[in-house]
This record gives sequence, structure tokens and C-alpha cells, in this order.
Amino acid sequence: MTSDLLSQKERSLTRLALSRLARNNLALAGVIILGLLIFSAIFAPYLTPYGPTTMDTSLRFQPPSWRHWMGTDQFGRDLLTRVLFGGRVSLTVGIISVGVSAILGTIVGVTSGYFGGWWDLVVSRAMDVLFAFPAILLAIAIMAVLGQSITNVMIAIGIVNTPIFARVTRASALSTRVQLFVQAAEAIGGSHWHIMVRHILPNCLPPLAVQISVAFAWAVIAEAALSFLGLGTRPPTPSWGLMLNEGRNVMEYAPWQPVFSGLAIMITVFSLNVLGDGLRDALDPTAGR
Amino acid sequence: MARYTVYRLLLLVPVLVGISVVVFLLIHLIPGDVVDVLLGIQTSPEAAAALRRIYGLDQPIHIQFASWASSLLRGDLGLSLRSGQPVSYILGSRLVVTAELTSLGLLLACLIGIPFGVTAAFRQNTTTDYVATSAALVGLSMPDFWTGTLLVLLLSIKARWLPPTGYVPFSADPTENLRLMVMPALTLAGGSASYIMRMTRSAVLEVLSQDYIRTAYAKGLPTHRVLYLHAFRNALVPVMTVVGQQMAYLLGGVVVVESIFGVPGLGRTALESIYYRDYPVVMGVVLFVACAYVVINLLVDLLCALVDVRIREQIVSLRQ
Repeated sequence: MTSDLLSQKERSLTRLALSRLARNNLALAGVIILGLLIFSAIFAPYLTPYGPTTMDTSLRFQPPSWRHWMGTDQFGRDLLTRVLFGGRVSLTVGIISVGVSAILGTIVGVTSGYFGGWWDLVVSRAMDVLFAFPAILLAIAIMAVLGQSITNVMIAIGIVNTPIFARVTRASALSTRVQLFVQAAEAIGGSHWHIMVRHILPNCLPPLAVQISVAFAWAVIAEAALSFLGLGTRPPTPSWGLMLNEGRNVMEYAPWQPVFSGLAIMITVFSLNVLGDGLRDALDPTAGR
Repeated sequence: MARYTVYRLLLLVPVLVGISVVVFLLIHLIPGDVVDVLLGIQTSPEAAAALRRIYGLDQPIHIQFASWASSLLRGDLGLSLRSGQPVSYILGSRLVVTAELTSLGLLLACLIGIPFGVTAAFRQNTTTDYVATSAALVGLSMPDFWTGTLLVLLLSIKARWLPPTGYVPFSADPTENLRLMVMPALTLAGGSASYIMRMTRSAVLEVLSQDYIRTAYAKGLPTHRVLYLHAFRNALVPVMTVVGQQMAYLLGGVVVVESIFGVPGLGRTALESIYYRDYPVVMGVVLFVACAYVVINLLVDLLCALVDVRIREQIVSLRQ
């Protein structure tokens, strides 16, 4: 019966937060843009008659037109097609790297905040050390070691993001474990596992949700940055960062080439940023902003 | 303050040790080792083994770490595989360039971010506020390599005002140096200015709702005095913290920006060294930048404690 009451309260809090989010126009715009991006990434092959790597040298450097809405590149490939397929790369890297680092980070953060002691000490010091590296530099160094591939990009971004998730969830776990309801759960003999999953974890979810959107935005930027620098995805993969870099070399004759891939990155990051801001306001209305 | 400083300095030691362990492990995780890079693949196993003995690579890993760490403490970061120069010499010669670029970037970011943040907070929910906050939101969503590309496209290729890439030392030609630094510094400043603006805005908003601000108005002080002497001063700690974070963040951003604009600083050196598999230089830069990042963060915290007595008292008393 107790757990029924608890879950009911949880649901209503979630509904409250969602209704606050729905009243935030900017955040709603973010959700809609993100939905469109996901849709276009999934259905990319059906939205365009061209292939992302199909070359046609007779169509090199075509400016935007009705046939090629975003023009073509130095190999005569349709840029709109490449931007749509590039969304697949960005979103896949984001979902996998953020998913893995959120799960790992939450496990580490919740256990270290809940148990404390030597485990917490080890985790906190390890996080201090990983935070001592500028994020993008750490990702670059990891890519230098692992070598250029899309899997390695996900690993590098995942490693950089994990300590952030650990810190966020550890902080919530620390403040939750001293609450009365946790003491009550301990008093009636709840196991560590039960307390962590049923009582600590739900209280970590609000900051976790905000962090997921922030980390996702960073993952999109980092993937593009690594590919831009020639350390991420390999050509001819249609990655936005790679396309921007290729476009930079030809922008004197074909300025549309870097512009559209850069816009795609910017719009994606923008939608995730406003969603993150909206979530923060919806989940923690006391935080002034 | 002295106790707080000593306490923070002591906390620095394990972090620095940790950084060196991470960098050492990164070097050792690289498939193949220095010998493979130096000799290539077409080499006799005997020659490779002999070279490994010279470099001490046949020793167990903890002994290798000990000798690496002890030479590190003497400032010896090894030799570049490409040029044979000491890594510490390469770092020293490139550091000035990166320091100039990050300082200019941070200066621009503060000059843009702080006044806009204060104004937006003071004129909350007006058009000025909406324009400034929207601009910051867009600025946050523009990765530096995209801002840099757009600037080159607009200012160099279309308007032909500035050369797209290049670098001249400040000592050789100060005007040309600054002219070439405009775009890299602006690129670097873009995202940071947005962060600083948002943080300044929310910090000032927080302060503006306090009673002593109403008192300041009530006793007839002019608005600009209330804003800058009362409101902004009390919002200084969060603003300083975010400026410090941004300075550290810019140390990461320079890698990308230097490579776009052909600025021969630490970041571009690191990238070039990755392409040439010159790992001692790569790890030298990573190690150096991470240490600089930690030290900068420490200095910012110390500055904040100097400004706000509550911070140092709180942390020192926590320890007792």
C-alpha cells in the first residue's frame, strides 16, 4: 500500500512537471524540432530520391535549386540527402554515448552517494581527476589513442560524460539518503538495493533528465568537432562535422556547402539546449532564471 | 585566508598525481609503442628489442611510471619523435601564442557577456532582455568550428576585410598580430560570452530582489550606482566563478580554433602531432593543459574566497 501511495505521488509530480514544460513555448519548440530531426533521420531514405554517397561528377558544386534544395558538393552528391543522413550519425552517437554514460554514471553516483566510505572516496577523487581535463581535449586525447572510427567516437564521448552523470546523481543521492523516508525504509529493514532503487533513484531523476539533454547537446557538438578535425567519422560517411570541414575548403566557390551542415548542427544543439532549460525550470521551479 | 589557501593547495596534490597517471595510461594504451613509430613495421625484432631496452620499455609498467614521473618532476617531458626537440621546449615556444589567444578571447567574452547580462537583468522582461537572452541561447548553440567558418566566410571571403588564416608574432608586428587575432578571438569568445551573459543575468536578478537594494533605492542613490556598486558587486562571486570556468573551458576550445585559423599554438601542435603519431608531444600538451586548467580553477576559487569571506569560513569549518 505504501508503494502505491508513493508511485501515485510520483506520477502526479511528473504530470506537474510535464504540464509546466508544455506551457513553456521555447521548450515545446525544442521538443518539436527534435521530433522532426528524429523523424527525418529515421525516414531519410524515403525523404530523398538520392543516395548519401552517390557521386555524379557532372553535378559538382550545383548551387541550391529545386532539384537540389541545398545544392551539391565537390563530388556532385546531394547535400540535403547528406544532411538528412548526417542526422542519423549525430543522433546515433548521441543516444548511444549518452545512454551508456548515463547508466554507468548513475550506478557509480548513486552507490557512492548512498554507501559513502572508501568507495565514495575513490569515486570522488577519480571524478576530480577526469574533471581536470578540458572535455574536448580529453575526447581528442582518447581518439588519438583509440584511432579514427565512429565506435571510438562514442566511447570517447561516453568516457567524458560519465563523471558528469556520476557527480549529478551522487549529489542527489547524498541529499536524499539523510531524508526521513530513507531512515524509515532502513528501519523497517529495506535492503540496500531496495532503498537505492525505490527511494534514492527516483529523487535523482529530475537532475538526471536535465543532464541528459545537456550531455546530448555536447555529444552532438563533440562528434561534429572530432569529425571536423579529422579524428572522428571517416569519409564518405555523411557526418555534419566532416561535411563542414570539406565545405570549408571549397567555400570560396560553394559557400552553401559549409552553411547547411553547420545550420543542422546548430539547430540540433539549440533544440536540446532549450529543452534542457525548459526541463530545469519545470522540474525545479524555485531555481530563478 | 592563509589556512584556506594551504588547504586548497594540499587538495591539489592528489589531482595532479591523478592527471599524470591518466596521461601515462593513455600513452600506454596506444596500440604499438614508440619503437613501432620510430622504426616502422619493416624492422628486425632484434633492433626493436634493443631500442626498447634503451627507452626502458622492457621494464614492468610501475617502474616505467616511476621513471617517467621522476623526469616529469624535473620538467623533462621527453623528446618529440618528429623533430627530436625536447617536448618542454616545444610547449614553451607555443604557450605564448595560446596564452595570447585565450586572454583575448576571455577579455572579449567578458566585455560582451557582463554588460549585456547586467542590462538584461535590470530590464527583465523587456525587449532588450528578450533580445539579449535569445542571442545568448543562439550563441550557446553555435559550436566554435561553425562560428569560425561563418566568420571566415563573411569577413574574409565576402567582405575581404581580414585574412582567413595566418599568424605574426606580436613582437614582429603588433598591428598585424592583432588583426590576425580578431577572428580567432571572436570565435573563441562567442560561446563563453553567452555563458557569462546568462550567469551574470541570473546572479544580478537574484541580488536585485534583496532588501538592501530596495534600501539603496530608498535612500535616493542613482540607478547606475545601485546597479554597479550594490547589485553587481554582490553578484560578483557567481560571475567570477563562471568567468574562471570559461577561461579553463577556452583552453579546450583553442585546439579547434587554432586549427581553423592556422594559429601555431598548443592546440594546433597537439593536433598535428596526432596526425604524425608524435605521442610524446600530444601527451605533453594534454598534461600541461590539464595542469593549467586545475591551477586556474584553484586561483578562481581563491579569488572568490578573497572576495567573499563566507566561502572560506564555510569550507575551513567543515574540516574541523
